[in-house]
Amino acid sequence: MVMKEQKAPRPVMFGWSNPKFRGVIYQLLVVLCLGAVIWVMAATAVENLHRLGIASGFGFLNQPSGFSIIMSLIPYSEQSTYGDVFIVGLLNTLLVAVIGIVLALIIGFTVGIARLSGNWLVARLAAIYVETLRNIPLLLQLFFWYIGVLRAMPKPAASLEPLPGFFINNRGIVLPSPYEASGFWWFSGAIVLALLIGAGLRIVAHRRQKETGQVFLWIRISVLLLIVLPLIAFVLKGAPLHFELVVLSGLNFKGGVHLIPEFVALTLGLATYTASFIAEIVRSGIESVARGQREAAQALGLTKSQTLRHVIVPQSMRVIIPPLTSQILNLMKNSSLAVAIGYPDLVSVFAGTVLNQTGQAVEVIAITMAVYLVLSLIASSFMGWFNTRYAIVER
Amino acid sequence: MRNRFTVLIIGILIGAALIYFLRPNPPGWEAAQTGASSSIVSVTTPTATAPAATGAATATAAADSTLAAVKARGYLKCGVSQGLPGFSNADDKGQWAGIDVDTCRAIAAAIFGDISKIRYSPLSAKERFTALQSGEIDVLTRNTTLTLTRDTSLGFDFTAVNYFDGQGFLVKKESGITDAAGLNGATICLQTGTTTELNVADYFRTRNMTYQIVAFDRNDETLSAYEQGRCDALTTDASGLYAERLELKDPSAHIILPELISKEPLAVAVRQGDDQWEDVVRWSFYAMLDAEEFGLTSANVDDAKSTPSPEVRRFLGLDSNFGSMLGLSNDWAYNVVKLVGNYGEIFERNVGKESQLGIPRGLNAQWKRGGLMYGMPIR
Repeated sequence: MVMKEQKAPRPVMFGWSNPKFRGVIYQLLVVLCLGAVIWVMAATAVENLHRLGIASGFGFLNQPSGFSIIMSLIPYSEQSTYGDVFIVGLLNTLLVAVIGIVLALIIGFTVGIARLSGNWLVARLAAIYVETLRNIPLLLQLFFWYIGVLRAMPKPAASLEPLPGFFINNRGIVLPSPYEASGFWWFSGAIVLALLIGAGLRIVAHRRQKETGQVFLWIRISVLLLIVLPLIAFVLKGAPLHFELVVLSGLNFKGGVHLIPEFVALTLGLATYTASFIAEIVRSGIESVARGQREAAQALGLTKSQTLRHVIVPQSMRVIIPPLTSQILNLMKNSSLAVAIGYPDLVSVFAGTVLNQTGQAVEVIAITMAVYLVLSLIASSFMGWFNTRYAIVER
Repeated sequence: MRNRFTVLIIGILIGAALIYFLRPNPPGWEAAQTGASSSIVSVTTPTATAPAATGAATATAAADSTLAAVKARGYLKCGVSQGLPGFSNADDKGQWAGIDVDTCRAIAAAIFGDISKIRYSPLSAKERFTALQSGEIDVLTRNTTLTLTRDTSLGFDFTAVNYFDGQGFLVKKESGITDAAGLNGATICLQTGTTTELNVADYFRTRNMTYQIVAFDRNDETLSAYEQGRCDALTTDASGLYAERLELKDPSAHIILPELISKEPLAVAVRQGDDQWEDVVRWSFYAMLDAEEFGLTSANVDDAKSTPSPEVRRFLGLDSNFGSMLGLSNDWAYNVVKLVGNYGEIFERNVGKESQLGIPRGLNAQWKRGGLMYGMPIR
């Protein structure tokens, strides 16, 4: 009883003996020092630029650019500002990165699973793919796609036409562009409806499996719906989707969607190169799941696809996601190699052309670096969130 | 614990003191000093309080005089292009040749009396300005168009124009295009970061013609893209087109369109604010122009030493001290002509009759022959 009443000395909140307080002070000091260093560097830069008579500041972003860009996702002309050039470049970078990442994931997962296939030929082909592509420098691969493949295509006048309306030539790929007629909303409405029904079926199926143990094949039915419903709407409304015809006039094609070869080469190069790394990550992830897990699942009577879906994939994802994140970040950063093949990405048009026309290297490079930093941080925090979803939940 | 804390505090104090003493003078510092009192103005840095700062200030002062720095270093650093025949191009032995290279040699000849004391930096269009701004090179003798923006916002001064050029187009003969109007709807290859990008935009826009630009970072990529049919036309300065046509597999299958769509005075640039260095660079080039006007060549300049002509004697430094006014030796102009030649010589051997390019003198002829090359009087 006596011992209980004897209180330990009250910890001093703001004393040096409090480790928490000490920690805060240390952190504050580090931040202060860092801030001072940055401030000194910035002040030095501004002072020196001023002394050398070099323009500084961000006013140039409002000046008209005066040059044209071959590919832009927003309306852009020579009268647009340097700020618009920045947005054009950023969007072009993002476009390549997003399409590249999707393609790389599809190819990577396919090849990774193929390497584990029981079929000798399939496994060997996948192995050759991985070993070839991941051991050749990316820049060379970009040149291969750009100069070796796309430049070797015929001239516009003698374009290849693999499908009616599709043209491939050394100026890129021309596709007929779709445009909607009246009744198109029925078509897109049908797609949305099919998706909604699919989502509903999923909930119902899961609940029923939990309550009764019966399996309901909701995926097959949803896919069927997704094909049939829009098809019915399409036919009933008399094919409301038209395609703009592409015609060769003068030196180039008119109409349609024009994919420039720089874009095609960069996307293909980045996707196939990154896919070879993703394939290895996927293979190692699947192989990391102990053989016993598969055997146990079989012993419980799970089918092959159930084993894959409920046992193998969830466990292998924990191994796959962290290295996958760094591959996605790599792809985004590698997209800056665009400058070598003339694709107008952020580095090429902003850190290249704008830098040269304005001469404001410090500002332009700082903005560009900040953009890549922010993009990488966003991507890695998204992957971090995704990882926690797949992490082991202890019960 | 307490011990570590003390060490940390002392460390931070030392760090803060270092930052304070080594910090550059903030903008407006000098103005504040001027406002205080005239007696303080002469004392730029109070020595007693900050010895470190005095050292820094002296170093800046020495670096500010480019001529002194070049002399002390023993060689000149010139920025040239990565390979443009006739202007600056390294041959198979690694020897640089071209008008821009000879312009650089003239400066070295004027300073050292020796044209081997040069280090060349091959620069892309994109790299050239930063290289000059940062002091990586002393002088930019790389085909660079003089414009108002570049003169004002980059911290440069342009000295002399060593070649008057204009922008043109190169097309394949088989395309059937014979003039610039035929380029409507064309795809055009060019090198990024140049004035050509802006000129093309202006030209096509004022004529309501459509076009597409494919911009590459390097010259050779631009050329191969054009040759392999990525573009209908290649555009750059006309002199560059003559040079690049030679590098194509079949030069005769390509023509240069007659229109020149811009003025491109290619000038030699130095950093702003070093007037002495600017003078040295400018007059080294004028010496070549004046030599051509006087009829002095690298072959006859030695004989000319016995001439009675007062202006030639002044030029050669026999009866004058112009060299010392520039901070050079008095035979600076003699060295330029003897070691490099006059402007006519360097033009003909690099881009003119004696070269493969065969470009006519045109605007680059002497003023007495209808050109724009006008050597300023040395007196």
